[in-house]
Amino acid sequence: MTKISMTVNGKSVSGEVEGRTLLVDFLRKDLRLTGTHVGCDTSQCGACTVHVDGVAVKSCTMLAAEADGATVATIEGQAAPDGTLNTIQAAFQEHHGLQCGFCTPGMVMAAADLLKNNPKPTEAEVRHHLEGNICRCTGYHNIVKAIMAASGQDVSQLAAE
Amino acid sequence: MYDFEFVKPSTVADAVAALASDEAQALGGGQTLIPTLKQRLASPSKLVSLIGIAEMKGVCKNDDGSLSIGGATNHATVASEAAATYPALAALAANIGDPAVRNRGTIGGSVANNDPAACYPSAVLASGATVITNKREIAADDYFQGMFTTALEEGEIITSVRFPVPQAANYQKFEQPASRFAMVGVFVAKFADGVRVAVTGASEEGVHRWTEAEAALSANFSPDAIDGLSVSADGMINDLHGTGAYRAHLVKVMTKRAVAAC
Repeated sequence: MTKISMTVNGKSVSGEVEGRTLLVDFLRKDLRLTGTHVGCDTSQCGACTVHVDGVAVKSCTMLAAEADGATVATIEGQAAPDGTLNTIQAAFQEHHGLQCGFCTPGMVMAAADLLKNNPKPTEAEVRHHLEGNICRCTGYHNIVKAIMAASGQDVSQLAAE
Repeated sequence: MYDFEFVKPSTVADAVAALASDEAQALGGGQTLIPTLKQRLASPSKLVSLIGIAEMKGVCKNDDGSLSIGGATNHATVASEAAATYPALAALAANIGDPAVRNRGTIGGSVANNDPAACYPSAVLASGATVITNKREIAADDYFQGMFTTALEEGEIITSVRFPVPQAANYQKFEQPASRFAMVGVFVAKFADGVRVAVTGASEEGVHRWTEAEAALSANFSPDAIDGLSVSADGMINDLHGTGAYRAHLVKVMTKRAVAAC
C-alpha cells in the first residue's frame, strides 16, 4: 500500500492505495465522490472524465498513485456550495442536454476543459472535442447546443432534433 | 488487474535503476498500458512512471532546425507547441485518440509500444527522426522492427525523439470507424534531398516505408506521380474491419491525399 495525498475540489485529502488502484476508484470508493461515473472501464466512453492539474483525463485510465500531489476537480465541485449550478450545468438543464444523465458528469467536465481553452468554439469544434465522450440517449445534439449556449453564443438557430 | 508496486522517479538515472529489477515495466501516460493491465495481458511486478521526469518533457527547436520532443511529452503539448515549427506533426498529435487521452498519452510511450495502428511511428519513420534513449541514439530506419517490436533493449527508456523538419509534410489517417485508430495512415515528408513515405495501420509488419512511392515522388512531387504504382495486398492486415486488398488500396489513396495536402 502507498500513501497518497491530493487536493480534490479544493480540499486536501489523503489515503492508502494499492499500486493498481485507479483514480476513479479512489474518488468513488475512498472519497465517496460517486458523481464521477464508470461507464465502460476501457477509456472509450468518457463518463469518468475529471480534471487533473487543470486538464481533462479519463480517471478509469489513470492510477490513483499517478495523481499523488495533484489538484483534481470532479463534478461535485462544479456547482456553488449552495447548490447553484455553474454555467455549463445550467445550460445542460436549460437545453435538455441529458436524458438518463449517466454520461453527464463526463460531458460537463469535458465541456469545461474545452471552454477554458476555447471560449467561443464552433459547433464543429464542440463535436470534435466530445469525440471521447459517449452518450447513448441524446444523439448529442442538445449536448452540443448546451455547450454552445454555455459559451454565450446564440443557439436559437441550432434546430432541435 | 494484478497488483504491482508503483514508483515515480524524478530523474532518468533513478528510472533506469528502478527498471533494473525483475519484471519492472516503464509507464508513460498509461493510455495503452493501463487497459492492457486491466485485461491481464501484462503482469509487471513494478511500474516505473516516467511522467514525473522533468528532463524528459517539452518541445524545443534545436540550432540545426530540428525539433526535439521529450519522451514524456503528452500529445496535447506536441499539438500546441510543435505547431509553429512542424505543423504536420502537431496536426497528427492533435488527432490521436480524444482530448482526455491526448492529455495523458506520451510520444515515448507510443513509439516504445509500436502499435501497428498507432500514428506517431509513421511520423518518426517518414521524418527520418532519431530515437534517443538513456543509452544511445537510434535512427528511425533501424528502430522499428515489426509489430510491437523495436530496437529497444530491456529497461531502455526513450528520453526524446529528434525530428528533422521537412520542407513540406502531411499525415492522412483513414480511421477505423469504431476505434478511430488508423486503419491506414500515411505520413509524407518532403526534404531537399528526397521524399519519405511511411505507412501505419496497414501491414502485418507494422509501420514501414513505401519506397516505390518515395522514388516517384522524389522525381515528381504530385499526386499523379504514383498513379502507375500499385500496392500488394500480401502481408497487409486482413481482419473484420477491412481486407488486405482494401488496406492496400487505401495506402495509395491516403498517399495521394497527403501529397495533395502538402
